[in-house]
Amino acid sequence: MSLFVIVALPFLGALLPGLMYGAGRKACAGVTLAVTLTALVGLLSRLPEMWRGETLYARVEWLPALGLNVELWLDPLGFFFALLILGIGALIIMYGRHYLSRDDHMGEFFTYLLLFQGAMVGIVLSDNILLLLIFWELTSLSSFLLIGYWKHLPEGRQGARMALTVTGMGGLAMIGGALILGDIAGSYRISDILQAREAIQASPLYTPALILILLGCFTKSAQFPFHFWLPHAMAAPTPVSAYLHSATMVKAGIFLMARLWPALSGTPEWFYLVTGAGLITMVLGAVIALFKHDLKALLAFSTVSHLGLITMLLGTGTAFGVLTAVFHILNHATFKAALFMSAGIVDHEAHTRDIRRLGGLRHLMPVTATIAIIAALSMAGIPLMNGFISKEMMLKEALSTELYGPYWLVPALATFGALFSAAYSFRFIGHTFLGPKRDDYPAHPHDPNPGMWLPPAFLAALVIGIGILPFAVEPFVKFVTGAVLGNVAEVPTYHLAIWHGVNVPLMMSAVAVVGGLILLALHRPFQAGWDAAPRPEAKTIFEAVIAGALSLARVLTGAFHDGAFTRYAAILALTIVAAAGHAWMTGQTAQPMAMGEWPGFAPSAGWVMLVAAAGALVMFHHNRLIALILMGIVGTMVSVGFAFFSAPDLAMTQISVEVVTIILMLLALNFLPDFTPKESTAMQRVFDGGVAVLGGLGAGLLAYHLLTGSAIAPPISGYHLENSYLGGGGTNVVNVILVDFRGFDTFGEIIVLGIAALVIYALTETLLFGPVRARLLNRTPDKPLSGDRHPLMMVVMTRVIMPLALMVGIYIFLRGHNEPGGGFIAGLVVAVAVVMQYMASGFAWASARQRYPYHGIIGSGVLVAGLTGIGAWFTGTEFLTSSFGYVKLPGLEAFEVASALFFDVGVFLAVVGAVMLSLESFSRLARRADMPDSEYPMDIDPSRDTRTEGGA
Amino acid sequence: MILPTGLFEWSLLIAILSVSVSQVMAMVRLVIGPGNGDRILALDTMVINAIGLIVLLGIAQGSEVYFEAALIFAMLGFVSTVAYARFILRGDIIE
Repeated sequence: MSLFVIVALPFLGALLPGLMYGAGRKACAGVTLAVTLTALVGLLSRLPEMWRGETLYARVEWLPALGLNVELWLDPLGFFFALLILGIGALIIMYGRHYLSRDDHMGEFFTYLLLFQGAMVGIVLSDNILLLLIFWELTSLSSFLLIGYWKHLPEGRQGARMALTVTGMGGLAMIGGALILGDIAGSYRISDILQAREAIQASPLYTPALILILLGCFTKSAQFPFHFWLPHAMAAPTPVSAYLHSATMVKAGIFLMARLWPALSGTPEWFYLVTGAGLITMVLGAVIALFKHDLKALLAFSTVSHLGLITMLLGTGTAFGVLTAVFHILNHATFKAALFMSAGIVDHEAHTRDIRRLGGLRHLMPVTATIAIIAALSMAGIPLMNGFISKEMMLKEALSTELYGPYWLVPALATFGALFSAAYSFRFIGHTFLGPKRDDYPAHPHDPNPGMWLPPAFLAALVIGIGILPFAVEPFVKFVTGAVLGNVAEVPTYHLAIWHGVNVPLMMSAVAVVGGLILLALHRPFQAGWDAAPRPEAKTIFEAVIAGALSLARVLTGAFHDGAFTRYAAILALTIVAAAGHAWMTGQTAQPMAMGEWPGFAPSAGWVMLVAAAGALVMFHHNRLIALILMGIVGTMVSVGFAFFSAPDLAMTQISVEVVTIILMLLALNFLPDFTPKESTAMQRVFDGGVAVLGGLGAGLLAYHLLTGSAIAPPISGYHLENSYLGGGGTNVVNVILVDFRGFDTFGEIIVLGIAALVIYALTETLLFGPVRARLLNRTPDKPLSGDRHPLMMVVMTRVIMPLALMVGIYIFLRGHNEPGGGFIAGLVVAVAVVMQYMASGFAWASARQRYPYHGIIGSGVLVAGLTGIGAWFTGTEFLTSSFGYVKLPGLEAFEVASALFFDVGVFLAVVGAVMLSLESFSRLARRADMPDSEYPMDIDPSRDTRTEGGA
Repeated sequence: MILPTGLFEWSLLIAILSVSVSQVMAMVRLVIGPGNGDRILALDTMVINAIGLIVLLGIAQGSEVYFEAALIFAMLGFVSTVAYARFILRGDIIE
């Protein structure tokens, strides 16, 4: 099976549980299992090739310019982890099907699980470090969904959030590390990075890269000081804990350390950081685990401890350490998954996980007890179990490791950790399953159906199988070890065996087991001492840090973004003035071409009027209607000004936008008081005035400078003028820029315009169906109203204007490519022509005659524009490249047809739809209860009266 | 400022002067009011004067490209006047 298929299967399969949910829980779990098993079989089908020593590659270019390609490879390390992920995944699915109660949505659960599985398989098979990062983040996200699966539990939500925050932050750091590594190696392919060991370790950026990568690994694998999220993630359903926290997600950090081992390991930095963190985590986790009463919390801290053990082994940088690490990854996955599942069974049957309320369960659930005891003995490191062999090897490796001083420090700490490890394993067995039967369990515990105990039983069989016959897995473990070591070191010749004679590690192991038993016997006083001792609570610290960051963000945001428009405008104006002032002071300026001269009488009059209107606006702005009328002067004079500066396109746009704006403002003014109250203090007004003067002066000076100065660099307009007809097939440069040169911008803009209109629609809809509705409906006008709602004269006139306006719109649209005009202006003209009908004949009458919804018009506009752009692909060119030609129809002169014309149709439709949708939405607010909608265009219509009389 | 020579230039200058002056006077009326009706009428007058200015500008520059701007002004300019008027009469301009 192709590697692409193996990675893609869980993602594609994630659609199935949701679809099959309706077919029942059995079908839902069955289809999920089928997906996982298919991927597993596909993976195994590649084993023979790999066993021959081939490394399989599969690659497709994605974003080659960034070095981000879909590059997968299958080497023994990736195979090993993929096997764990898919194999244990299959067991978890079987287990989960029986574990989830009828209240839990199984389709949702298995969808998340498959998404997570796909992300994990993606991580271990990626040959591109950027692709690996993507999958890495996907595991963080999907594990967030899984941990928080029980959304009704606050612990679940908090634990999920904490896990996401910690692992997400680590992932962020890792992005930096991965980019540095790829930069040093000159390639983002992992197989290339692994070859660049010397270059990477010699680089001055090695240490930062290492720290960043390790941050990612340590957060993911719950290493000290980031270990605190893992126990809180135990709020998840047990199948999730068994899957994520025994075999997969927390092993992702370990995997990455193993993956990059050839490139990063062997330096003092690596040794101190990785071994140090691993050792601390191992001891700390083991000690805390002993004092936890929740079965899952105990297992969580034991996982933390074992992850620390593996990390420590990888940190030593020796081949033997790697061999031990690989072997222990395998062993830990088997016994820990079995233990989590057993704990889940106990919880499921006894309805409690509190170890103080349990005991004597071996009488009630013998099967579960057997499985759990086997797995726990392996965790304790008892001979004939697989955990014993890897623990012996760990102690042997610890003996030859020296860290920070005396030679006995590491071995002593390792023994200490192993001792506590044995103690909590014994406590797990003793306090849950051994002892006398109790009669105060919250429920009546009994063995579950086989569907629930078979998966852990299978793992327990593996635990014993590997423990008794370690040589059976030896070739495979060495095979994987060889892949981790790369060509840096040789695979050690050490044999995996139960008995290596009486040696120091065996004695250390014996000390640990005996010590563990003693510790368990003395558990009660130790527990009391532990409970009395003050300890920092990680959750409190974490929440305090988060709260601190949040309040800092609030303070910063609140200072700039306080909801007052004047504040934003002041910040914006001052920033722009400061930036422009800086540019003026430090930048290069050209000599002015011409000093200002007397522009003539009419332009001077226009200038005087703009100034006077602005001044009057300052005086009268508290009266909203007068302010709006005064703005009309500005709009009119600016339109004339555009014409004066030879920009007819702009003049036309400004005129039509002006009309639409006034209609929109008047619709809004209807709901506002006539006068704006004075709200600001005198100081505030002086400050605002200063900002306004500064902004105005700045804008004025800039305009003056641009109008009188010569350009520093040759302006781009020359290029546009030259290529407008050659490239775009139009002689109206403005329109060619809009639909061709900057067509992509225009495409984005019409989408934004459409979205804005839809948002207006959505907001008014919400208002109309909310509590405001009653107030709007019962609103009484505050001024006397004239009686004629739809005056005859206006109705007749707008009817006459309508075809004229439409014709002008079409004319302006069609000539747009070569003469002033185009889709945008035409759209505004047509929209105003339609709005006139609404104003004259009323909302009900007009919208009853509107056949197509305005949303659809916006959508079709965007679609037409997008399809035109895509059409360019068929001619082998880039998106939105325009092409044009001449068409001769009989009876007509040859005329030009450009693909840009169709794009302009899209712009036209989007503008019409957006303008109409926003105006229509606003006017819907004004529907009043006491005003029945009229079905006639005019209120007073003599012909209708005579008809009614004649009929009567 | 170059003084015009022929009759055409003179008449053009006089036309521009008169339209500009009437535009300014309309604006004065707009600012002083006194009623909102006066202001709306003044704005309407200003739109008509603006059409005149654009047309005169086209004549002065001998160019036809401004014609459409004047056309749109003429065709749509009244809509804002109507909207203002409806607002004063009925409050709601689309009902």
